Amino acid sequence: MIAVETAVAIAILGLAAMPATGQQTPASAGQFPPYRAPRMADGHPDLNGLWQAFVTSNWDLQDHEAQPGPHPEIMGAYGAGPAGQSIVDGGEIPYKPEALAKKKQNFEKRTTVDVSSDKTWHALGDPEFKCYMPGVPRATYMPFPFRIVQGSGPYILMAYEFTTATRNIRMNWKGEYPTPSWMGWNRGHWEGDTLVVDVTGQREETWFDRAGDYHSDELHVVERYTPASPYHLMYEATIEDPKVYTRPWKISFPLYRRMEKNVQLLEFKCVPFTEELLFGHYNKQATK
Amino acid sequence: MNHRLLTSIGIAVVSLSTAAGQVPKTTAQAPAKVVAKATAAGKKPGAFRTPWGDPDLQGVWNDATSTPLQRPGGVGSKDVLTDEEAEDFQKTLAFDLTRDRRDGGPEVDVNRAYNDHWMDARRLKITADRRTSLIVDPPDGRIPPRVPLPPERDKVRAERAAANDRFNAGLPQHYTDFSLPVRCIIRTDSPPYLPTIYNNDFQIYQSPGYVVIAPEMIHSARIIPVDGRPHLGKNLQQWLGDSRGHWEGDMLVVETTNFRDYPGVIFQGGNRETYKITERFVRIDATTINYEFTIDDPKTWTKPWTARIPWSRIDPNEQMYEYACHEDNYDLVHFLTGARSREQRGETK
Repeated sequence: MIAVETAVAIAILGLAAMPATGQQTPASAGQFPPYRAPRMADGHPDLNGLWQAFVTSNWDLQDHEAQPGPHPEIMGAYGAGPAGQSIVDGGEIPYKPEALAKKKQNFEKRTTVDVSSDKTWHALGDPEFKCYMPGVPRATYMPFPFRIVQGSGPYILMAYEFTTATRNIRMNWKGEYPTPSWMGWNRGHWEGDTLVVDVTGQREETWFDRAGDYHSDELHVVERYTPASPYHLMYEATIEDPKVYTRPWKISFPLYRRMEKNVQLLEFKCVPFTEELLFGHYNKQATK
Repeated sequence: MNHRLLTSIGIAVVSLSTAAGQVPKTTAQAPAKVVAKATAAGKKPGAFRTPWGDPDLQGVWNDATSTPLQRPGGVGSKDVLTDEEAEDFQKTLAFDLTRDRRDGGPEVDVNRAYNDHWMDARRLKITADRRTSLIVDPPDGRIPPRVPLPPERDKVRAERAAANDRFNAGLPQHYTDFSLPVRCIIRTDSPPYLPTIYNNDFQIYQSPGYVVIAPEMIHSARIIPVDGRPHLGKNLQQWLGDSRGHWEGDMLVVETTNFRDYPGVIFQGGNRETYKITERFVRIDATTINYEFTIDDPKTWTKPWTARIPWSRIDPNEQMYEYACHEDNYDLVHFLTGARSREQRGETK
């Protein structure tokens, strides 16, 4: 038994020591034949469209089994989550040991809601559970579509169905973020056919998934959107946060163009679905 | 211009910010000449075009103005102010609202300071054409009289009014007593767009086949297909409705249907089955879009009515900020817990 444990430990260490990049063929090159996207008038690829990820990473970025929801006694299979494979390069998020404990606590308290004090308002619970804006990169792999609106101005809009969150991508923008925000300070530029978005200034309260994966106020995300076919964008995000992880790490997966006739972004204004949970306790009848 | 008139305009200005769901007073007035010329079609047709040939509305725009939606009662049939009257009006409004006044006692003083903190300074200017109302039709500048409403709609209005009264009295009973904006469900993201106390910026994005309008007042994007597709099926309703646009020359014309069946969603409590809103956007020069909306609902008003609001381009370096309304909606808990405390102390109003 000891020998087995040692072997497992070595395997884990081996994973952790792998470089964050370079061990896999770039996904966009490996999974798709060479592709040249249609151009906008400025010569850059046209990324317009309604896109959606079909990974299950909103439940867990890493490998995960099918799982019951937090209240199977009332939600049954409706509340359950699907199994899925890790989208993290190398499989594991390189947490610092002390940070891993916080992730576990996040998971245990993921459906805890306490808005009785402004100061501890955001202390516990998954922001998704409370219909808060998901931040980046989580917005990209939630089980909802988003629309990219790319025109001829210096901005690209990403409009998400979940809680109608939006991101304004400022192309070739120099200024630093003025104040933290839920969807971050998004500065874009082109590297060949790849739209690169540098995201800073995200509120530290956002999570990456329902498993409690999280970051600090030093989060820095660099996203890469590369056309891979008329129907696919390859998505990569490099995630850096020296307070929480031992090194930068990367996720990647394809985005799929929604092809249904006349499909459009609909509303998921989820605030009304959370009001009883958040505020019902303070109604008149509740205190009688 | 006498000061009573100014005060009444000032009140009308303030009431704009709570216009949703409130019933306007209507007064019969002598019709005045129509101030508004037909919507300007642009001096040089085709002057502002995207590379793919659509009229170009892209940019960040601001619709703040102190001109009230409806012509104030005291102004009679006067539709346009003289330069002097306009100057006087703006000065008086600025004086009424400034935090630097000290009359009225500490509570009023604190309220003024609070409002001043939020106030978009552009709210102190009336429209460049010095109109006395944003409404340009009917000619009296006022929302037309209502038709008699069936009892069930009167009941919904009365319930909404009672909830507003509880809120205003500091005794909300339930989170649904608050308006949709206070609950962070819809704010200025739903048509018609009207100026309010702050966050009057709108960013317009375009791509081939789409115009998208994102307001600063809440994080949502109103995505308007301009590719000729049909509306959503009638059983799929949305808080912002379902918008479809088309181009008439340089003008974007948008029609919106499929609103959710919930009090406060449709402007001024219109009737969901018959309410029709048509918006028109036309860029008249490098720095101005004329925005017009027409509301037609024969089961609510005796005739259609139209308002026009100029949108001014703002310096692109004056960035829009994310407005996380629900995420930090501390107010809602404060209002409710405050009401519970007051009840425990036996306060009833």
